[in-house]
Amino acid sequence: MLRFLLTRLGLAALVALTVSLISFSLLFLAGDPAVALAGEAATEEDIQAIRAQYGFDRPLPVQYVAWLTGALTGDFGNSYYFNTPVIDLITERLPTTMRLGLAGICFALLLAVPLGVIAAIRPNSLIDRFALFISVVGQAMPTFWFSLILIVIFAVALGWVPVSGSDTWRHFILPTVVLGYFATPGIMRLTRAGMLEVLRADYIRTARAKGLHPLKILFKHALRNAAIPVVGLAAVQLGFMLGGSIVVETIFALNGAGLLAFESINRNDFPVVQALILIFSLIYVMLTLLADLLNAWLDPRIRVA
Amino acid sequence: MNSLLSVRNLRVEIPVGAGLLKPVRGISLDLNKGETLCIVGESGCGKSLTSLALMGLLPKVARCSGDRLSFGGQDLLGLTERQMARLRGRAISMVFQEPMTSLNPAYTIGDQLIEGMIRHDGVSRAKARDRAIFLLEKVGITAAASRLSQFPHQLSGGLRQRVMIAMSLMCGPDLIIADEPTTALDVTIQAKILRMMKDLQAELGMAMVFITHDLGVVARIADRIAVMYAGIFVETGTARQIFDTPTHPYTKGLLSCLPVPGKTKLGARLGAVPGVVPALIGGVQGCGFASRCPLRQAACDIEPELSERGDGHSCRCVHDTPTLRKAEWATA
Ligand SMILES: Nc1ncnc2c1ncn2[C@@H]1O[C@H](COP(=O)(O)OP(=O)(O)OP(=O)(O)O)[C@@H](O)[C@H]1O
Ligand SMILES: [Mg+2]
Repeated sequence: MLRFLLTRLGLAALVALTVSLISFSLLFLAGDPAVALAGEAATEEDIQAIRAQYGFDRPLPVQYVAWLTGALTGDFGNSYYFNTPVIDLITERLPTTMRLGLAGICFALLLAVPLGVIAAIRPNSLIDRFALFISVVGQAMPTFWFSLILIVIFAVALGWVPVSGSDTWRHFILPTVVLGYFATPGIMRLTRAGMLEVLRADYIRTARAKGLHPLKILFKHALRNAAIPVVGLAAVQLGFMLGGSIVVETIFALNGAGLLAFESINRNDFPVVQALILIFSLIYVMLTLLADLLNAWLDPRIRVA
Repeated sequence: MNSLLSVRNLRVEIPVGAGLLKPVRGISLDLNKGETLCIVGESGCGKSLTSLALMGLLPKVARCSGDRLSFGGQDLLGLTERQMARLRGRAISMVFQEPMTSLNPAYTIGDQLIEGMIRHDGVSRAKARDRAIFLLEKVGITAAASRLSQFPHQLSGGLRQRVMIAMSLMCGPDLIIADEPTTALDVTIQAKILRMMKDLQAELGMAMVFITHDLGVVARIADRIAVMYAGIFVETGTARQIFDTPTHPYTKGLLSCLPVPGKTKLGARLGAVPGVVPALIGGVQGCGFASRCPLRQAACDIEPELSERGDGHSCRCVHDTPTLRKAEWATA
């Protein structure tokens, strides 16, 4: 188990390093950053001055190492646009996105897993059809449209929740539902398929032959095995939610990191973009690691790998 | 009437694409307390489905019907799933044919051994563990206590099969249905386990339905034998009757496949039953064995009744005369 843990950790560190390299090089893939910064009317001297000012004239490896050592201590430099430390911008925005993402995945799991389980126990039943309906709608409806419907009904007409903003937990209800709802179909279908397969397994028959309570068979013997692929999917979806809820953040005026990323790209604010890419990627790497560990706990056969 | 297990005309039907599969076509048996019935027959004749039907564990697609299926005077066919679950594992338990897949990969074997006993007998974990260790040692597993914390994938097929046997014995059942429980085991372990099951049987008065291909095993443990062919019992009787005076051509064929120590010469050809089992879709017309039978005649087109030859020995064949010899088979 310890070896498994160390291997996975080492692997994660390697991926993180690669990601840092990629997010650093992105700056230069988009063209000469000095030219972009200097603007349309700049002369060659202006550009040279900017190169020197931002250190773009140094060799790339030197720049990379300087950037990485800074990043390790939380120093991503200053935003070109706001002229404030990048890290301040991010620590201000990231919690909103995190809160939204975590709430969203919880909502999705709480809706999708029970529905998937029931759908698997009673295939072709009313609940199974309902689950299918939900997942088809979830996949077909555009996010912004669904958001607007919810706003019109629950915020405008009924007035149960605020329309937009991020001040109280009530502001998060609608965005959570929207974000979580779109993760629901995948999780539900995977749960259903997994349960259908596991329930046919010989060891479920063994559990029944022991005369165990049906709920015990379902939750102890079946769900644990069916949950293994679901864990991986949920981690990926949470990764998406933490990185890219731009539409939802825009519609509900939640000042999150997704929105910040979107705006910074438009403003050529490279330090912010670099830092966000690195942070999003690291979150992703950590989630994958977490999913691996969770699966290793669920399935002892994985632990030896 | 006061037998522990009494079955009349048990049928299993499975709808498949091409029609209705009838893998079990009317099985009847009676089993007393402490008795061992061996069911023998070739692959696909319906042995496993019969045992699953007795346990109420048939796959969902299968339909089960019968005139009677009673256990300890209780009608099993009328029981709800909940009532049936109360019997399973406690009064009737089963050893499955598939040791590799019958254990849950996510839990230790200790956990899987004790959970049934905790459920049925309400004992403490510690007590159930003691029982599990005791039984693991009985089935010849060394260092039993340390095995409890192992996972199924850490055990070989033979070990898993023995764990399954131990598991079935946890609650001291009245009836144990064992579906080829010793196939993955080598001969010495097999002998040891058979002896152990026999001992336990004598100790607890446990009855056994033992399914096997292995006539050597049958000879060792059977009180009664049922020879199964294409979904029905073609011959039933005591072990003596079947081995000494086999009557059905199929039984004779099976026995001629078996070398007899001291009689069969080294290098002599053993018999084999030519042909294959008929397709069971839509049922079977007439005698199911007719197409492979060297004695086939017109009368075989009508399904023969199970005729009693006396002393509980019965046979399902129009040629039910003791004059047939094994020798006829060897030349056939
Ligand atoms: N779930 C199922 N669906 C369709 N057909 C099945 C199913 N289970 C079993 N059968 C068929 O029913 C017949 C009897 O199967 P069964 O498993 O009882 O045979 P068996 O006598 O136990 O054979 P073996 O000695 O190989 O274990 C076989 O022809 C098999 O293919
Ligand atoms: Mg079988």
